[in-house]
Formats: sequence, C-alpha cells, structure tokens
Amino acid sequence: MTEIQGLHRAIDEITEIASGFGLDFYPMRYEICPAHIIYTFGAYGMPTRFTHWSFGKQFHKMKLQYDLGLSKIYELVINSNPCYAFLLDTNSLIQNKLIIAHVLAHCDFFKNNVRFSNTRRDMVESMTATAERIANYEMIHGKEEVEKFLDAVLAIQEHIDPSIIRKQRPENSNEPTEDEPNVRKTAYDDLWVLDNKGDDVKKPAIEKRKKVPLNQEKDILLFILEHSRILEDWQQDILTMMREEMHYFWPQLETKIMNEGWASYWHQRILREMDLTSDEVIAFAKLNADVVQPSKTSINPYYLGLKIFEDIERRYDEPTEEMLKLGIQPKSGREKIFEVREIESDISFIRNYLTKDLVQKEDLYLFQKKGKDYKITTKEHEEVRDQLVSMRVNGGFPYLVVENGDYLQNGELYLMHKYEETELDLPYLENVLPYLHQLWGRIVHLETVVENKQIIYSCDGKKVYRRYV
Amino acid sequence: MKVNEKQNDRFVVSQENWSLHRKGYQDQQRHAEKVKEAIRNNLPDLISEESIIMSNGQDVIKIPIRSLDEYKIRYNHDKSKHVGQGDGDSEVGDTVASDGDQGKAGAGQGKEAGDQPGQDYNEAEVSIAEVENALFKELELPDLEQKEQAEITTEKIEFNDIRKQGLIGNIDKKRTILTAIKRNAIKGTAEIMPIHNDDLRFKTWNDVEKPESKAVVLAMMDTSASMGTFEKYIARSFFFWMTKFLRTKYESVEIEFIAHHTQAKVVSEEDFFSKGESGGTLCSSAYEKALELIDQTYHPTRYNIYPFHFSDGENMSSDNRKCIELVNEIMEVSNMFGYGEVNAHSRFSTLMSTYKKIEHPKFRHYVLKENRDVYYAMKSFFQKNSEGFD
Repeated sequence: MTEIQGLHRAIDEITEIASGFGLDFYPMRYEICPAHIIYTFGAYGMPTRFTHWSFGKQFHKMKLQYDLGLSKIYELVINSNPCYAFLLDTNSLIQNKLIIAHVLAHCDFFKNNVRFSNTRRDMVESMTATAERIANYEMIHGKEEVEKFLDAVLAIQEHIDPSIIRKQRPENSNEPTEDEPNVRKTAYDDLWVLDNKGDDVKKPAIEKRKKVPLNQEKDILLFILEHSRILEDWQQDILTMMREEMHYFWPQLETKIMNEGWASYWHQRILREMDLTSDEVIAFAKLNADVVQPSKTSINPYYLGLKIFEDIERRYDEPTEEMLKLGIQPKSGREKIFEVREIESDISFIRNYLTKDLVQKEDLYLFQKKGKDYKITTKEHEEVRDQLVSMRVNGGFPYLVVENGDYLQNGELYLMHKYEETELDLPYLENVLPYLHQLWGRIVHLETVVENKQIIYSCDGKKVYRRYV
Repeated sequence: MKVNEKQNDRFVVSQENWSLHRKGYQDQQRHAEKVKEAIRNNLPDLISEESIIMSNGQDVIKIPIRSLDEYKIRYNHDKSKHVGQGDGDSEVGDTVASDGDQGKAGAGQGKEAGDQPGQDYNEAEVSIAEVENALFKELELPDLEQKEQAEITTEKIEFNDIRKQGLIGNIDKKRTILTAIKRNAIKGTAEIMPIHNDDLRFKTWNDVEKPESKAVVLAMMDTSASMGTFEKYIARSFFFWMTKFLRTKYESVEIEFIAHHTQAKVVSEEDFFSKGESGGTLCSSAYEKALELIDQTYHPTRYNIYPFHFSDGENMSSDNRKCIELVNEIMEVSNMFGYGEVNAHSRFSTLMSTYKKIEHPKFRHYVLKENRDVYYAMKSFFQKNSEGFD
C-alpha cells in the first residue's frame, strides 16, 4: 500500500468516525504541500492574499523558526466551502491522522458557530480577485504609492464593527439636528415673523451643522471610507476590499480558544476510536501532548479550550442537584457541548463556563510586571476569569470609536479610546497617528487615558502633539 | 501535476507542484529592501553608532530601526495583566518570567506565531557591510587623476573567449548544443543528440590588464590635551569610515596616519585610533610632516594625494600664519585638502577663522557639532560628481 493510499484510507475512516459523532463539515480539499508553502499561507492568512512586505517579514520569521527546528506548522485550514486544508508533506501518517481529525472539527466549527454565520465561504476566490486588483493598481499608480496606502490601512485594519447584526445606518435617517430651535409650522407663522423684524427670518439659512457621526462609530475603516475627502477611487476600492477581508478574519479572532479547544477535543476522541499500532499510539500521545501543553506565561488556547469543553461535558453528564432542578438531564454532556460550539464566542464561553473549580484545578493565575520581573498577582477565580474575558474583548484590540468627523468644524477627525484600565502602547500610537492623518487628510485627534489622566494626541501630518484635557 | 486525485463527494487529496510559488520569498525580498532603505534613511545616526566604531568592523550589530515595525494601536504590554498557568503549586508572588526571557517563554507554540505582537523588538540586525554599502554608494574620492598608467596595473581575469578545448567544468552548454544541432542539421535532422567530442565548446579566460589610479591619504589628527573624548570620538569615527571607504572603493589606496600635538609623528593605524597624547597644539608640525612624507615616499607624479586634518581648532595663534603657508604648499602637490573641526559648542576657533579666508577650490572644511555630523562631513568631503569616475 503506497503512502498516498494509506492516507486515503485513513481519511476515509476518520471522516466516517467524525460524521458518526455528529460533526457536520463542508466537503474537504486536502492539499499536500512543502514547508515554504504552508508557511507562506500561514503568514498571509490565506493562500491567495495580496502582496505586502509585512507578510514577507512574517513569512521569513516563521520559516526561519521552522528551519531552525523551533516551531512547526503541521496544517492550515481555511474557512471556505469546500474547505481547504493544507498538510505538510513531511508529516508522518499518524501525524496526518491527528491533523485530519483536528481539521474536520475546525471545519465543523466554521460551518456551525454563529459568529461565522456571515463569513463569505468563497473568500479564497474573492481574495484572489482582490490581489489581482491591487496588483493592477500597482501597475497604474506605482508600487510605492500602493504600498504606502496599504501600510496605512494595515495599521488600522482591525478597527471595524464586527457585530453579526449590522445596525441601521443613522446617517440616512431624517431626524432633526440636535440643537435646532423648534420651528412653528402653522398657517399663522408669518405673524410671528413680523415680530422678529426680519433678522431671524434668515435663520434657517445658517443651519446648524449636523454632528457627524450622530452616534459614535465603531467602524473607523467605514467612516474613513465614506467621509475622507482625499481618498481616490482606487484607494476607496482597496479600503473596501481590506475591510471585507477583516470581516472574514474577525470571527477567527473571536473564537480562538473555543475553536482550538473544539478541534483538540475531537482529535482525541476520534483517534481513540481508531485501530492504532503501539508505535502510532506513542507518536500520537507525544504530538497531542505538544499541542495541548500549558504555558506559564500565556494561555494555550488548545489546552484551555479543551479543558473547558471537557468540564462542561462532565458537569452535564452528572448534573448536581441544583442543575437537575433547572431541568438539566443527566448524560446530556455531548448535546450541551454541541450547543456551546454553536452559540458562544470566546468571551461568553469563558464567562459562562470557566468555573471556580476549573481555575483552581488548572492552576490559572494573573501575573503582571513588577520591576524587572513578572510576578503572580492573584489566583482569585473571578479576577482570572474577568481578565481573560477583557483580553478577548474586541478581539484583543483596543476599542476605538469615531467621536467626531468634523471636529472644531474644521473637518478634523476625533477618535476616542474607550479606556478600560489598560493603557495604550504610546510609542506605537504615535506612529499610527500619521497613518490616520494620511488617510483622513486633515488633523487627527485621539483621546485616551494615561496614568488616570485624560490625554489627547493630535497629528497634523508632520508631528504628533499631546495635551492633557 | 496532480500526483493522485480521488474524486469523492466528501474529500479530495491532491499534491501539486508548488516549486514556482515564490510569493513568500518575493515579499521577503521586499522586506529586505525596506531594511536597506531604513539603513539609508538612518545613516547619520548609524555611522556614528559606537557599537560599529568600536567593533573592529567585523560583527553583525543590532541597530534600532523604527520604520520596519508594523504599527498598530495596541495595549501597553508592561502595564497589562496577563494570564498564565502553573503546575498546580503556584503561589501569589511567584516570579513567572523576567524581563528579557518573556519572549522566549511565550514563543514556541508553532501555530501561535504572530499572535503576540508584544514581543516585536524595534531592532534589526544589520551587518557593517550593509551600512557600508549604503553609505559608500553616496561617496566618491574626488578629482582622481590617472598618473603613470604604465606602472600601475592590476590583473583581472575575464571569461571572454570560447575554445574547443578546456576544463570540463567550464563547458558552455548552450554553445555546445547549438554546434551539435547545426552539425546534425547538416546531416538531415536538427536534433541535439548525438553530441560529438567535436561539438564541445569551453569558456576560457584571458588575463586583462587595466591601468588603475593610485592614491594616498594623509590622515592627520590633533591628539593634544584640548581634544576631549567627544572630539576624539568624532575624529575617530570619521577616519574609521574614511579608511573603510577608501579601502573598499579603490584597490590601491595607501593611508598614512600622522598624530600631532606640538610635534608630529607617523604612527600605525591602531595607535592612531587608540593612543592619546597631551600637551599644546601646533598644527604646522603635522603639515610639515605631511610634506616630508610626500617628498620622501609619495611623489605627486605617481600619487593622488589627499591630506585630511582633524582638530578642535585650538591652535596656538602664533602658529596660524605658518599653517596657511604650509596648507598652500600642500595643496600645490595634492588633489584636495580637507579640514574637519570638532566644535560642539560653536566656540571661537582661531584656526577656522584663519582657514575661512582661504578661497581655493582644493580646500574643503567642515565643522562637526554632534555625532550625526560625521555623516554630513563624509558627504561634504567626498561629494559624488554627477558623472562619477570609473
């Protein structure tokens, strides 16, 4: 039996077992690729993404780690229909078995989790088109010019509004502007006008400017797209496409712990159902241990996600008195975790299911920089849980909104950081503001909090200024 | 090339030939270009970098290059709380990591690479060769004249000939195949095979003799007591780069180092950069020494002569008149005369006020106030002519 036949047989069997467990996935396309291809796809996030030096830098860094034997990517899976999975051509058969089981669970997650319900499943093709259009703009406007623009957009690309239900656009409504005086509208209005001796008659002409946006706007990319006065057509086109790509990637940022936990849970369960040789069992155990290894200084999403899913299943299989009173049926663990994988994201997953017992059992703690060292500050379960949640808010990125697009009635852009006890990286901020200025074309302000004081950073394109409020 | 494809409603396995897929490498190349660009833009700061000047010119050094970061609005890593996981016996107050090894502890999870932007240091590794390339591209030794061509030649080897006999390693495949096709065509079919011994063609070299110009630089430096650490460092940096520049750009450039206070002597390169002296300053002593060297060893008919003098400008006033005379004398036999004055506080300098009056196309001077000025001094002294010299 050749290697490829062995792989086919294994995939057949694993697919069978996975379906039997109730996993529900798209048709699969497995591609066997050499390392540099896997790492290219890993760096770009997608095989067909557009060209930019930052991906090259990432690729170089990752590939170097691989070449030095420091890290290894075994697979890559794309949220699409059909679902593409890329396997490293040096994987052994047992490694591929684990990976395929893992990948099928990822695909089930992509297909069924609610956060992914709006993602485009044809993004592979769509990104190809985007890459081609950007390449075409490079031909027309020059590589440098396009790169300069991409640099700026990439710096703020995470600042979109990823809500599943997109809200109504307030700009389109015909509400009266805020401070407009009540205008009487009766047949006798002209009588009142007589009293005012004419100077108020002109008033409607100096109509008060509408505040833009009426409500704070989370989608900075969209706001710039619609309101920046300096973007050319091709720039608006690129901005639109990059915003679309971010919408595609966003659910993956939001469900990292769940998605990896789910996949790790299932590769373990599926491989237990298979007839493995004793060598394979050892190889599997080793690889599995590598994947779900906990870390002292960070959270391994594979491990934490797996543990939470296992804990949910155990608790719902053997419900306590209290849970029974709430109508929870014994042996409903499996059913429950399928429900969880459908309706939760990392934030709600942790908030609802990271219990006190689990925090203690897994020895989770908070640590913080104290002087030169990073020291454990607390092991209190609520604090650990809440910190994990807050780290996942907005995909782990600071929450910014557009407060005013016509600040000082001078077309200046006023952004606000919704400060929640974590300060921004100020040197980085000072370097991002010129990019925002580049996109906006006028002075850009950003309000945040440093050492409990409100502070406004402003950039006029040449320099960054700051002042306390 | 599809190696194996099994059509199936649930899955397909395929293995393509990916060898032409170069996207990652292409963008990696672009990133490398950006690094070069950043080096170019930071040259004034880079070339006065102490780690380079003191590195003996061999090492790869870490240099902060900010423009290569992918900036995002992100949280301050040091001021945030983080979550970790112990073995079961962790306690409040335990140290989980120290500054510096945080990155190591966090990395390692292959699939998470790129997930933690917090560890991206703003430093790029740059070899001195890269800095040199960027800097020397902008410089040229001015007004080099060809002197005594016959005597000064270098031998180069150029592969510029084809012969029927030669070393098998130097075989010219294209020409061999062409000959074989031609010969086979005469017999009827224009094919590559068979190839006869007669068809073999080899690349062969010839010795080329090219006349080259020869130059000498007379590096003079004030090592008197009034030259402080900063002044010496600046002069050292300048001569460091000048030496490197001359030795890389031209094959036969000789350099003589003259250290002076009230007396001047010819010293080795090492002594020149490392030894300090004391005492007052008589710049004329260095000029006399330079003239002596020119007279004895570097005859102007055979050499292009480039004297450079670095000082803090605190010369004995009585000596200045003599200096002017000697400088004029030196300029008669040399291609140019460079005077660099290290003067951080814009003091009144007796020497510079005297030299400012010199109006001679061969005379160039530059006042260096801070580290960055080493770069501008280099550019000012070694301005590139628009045509360039080959």
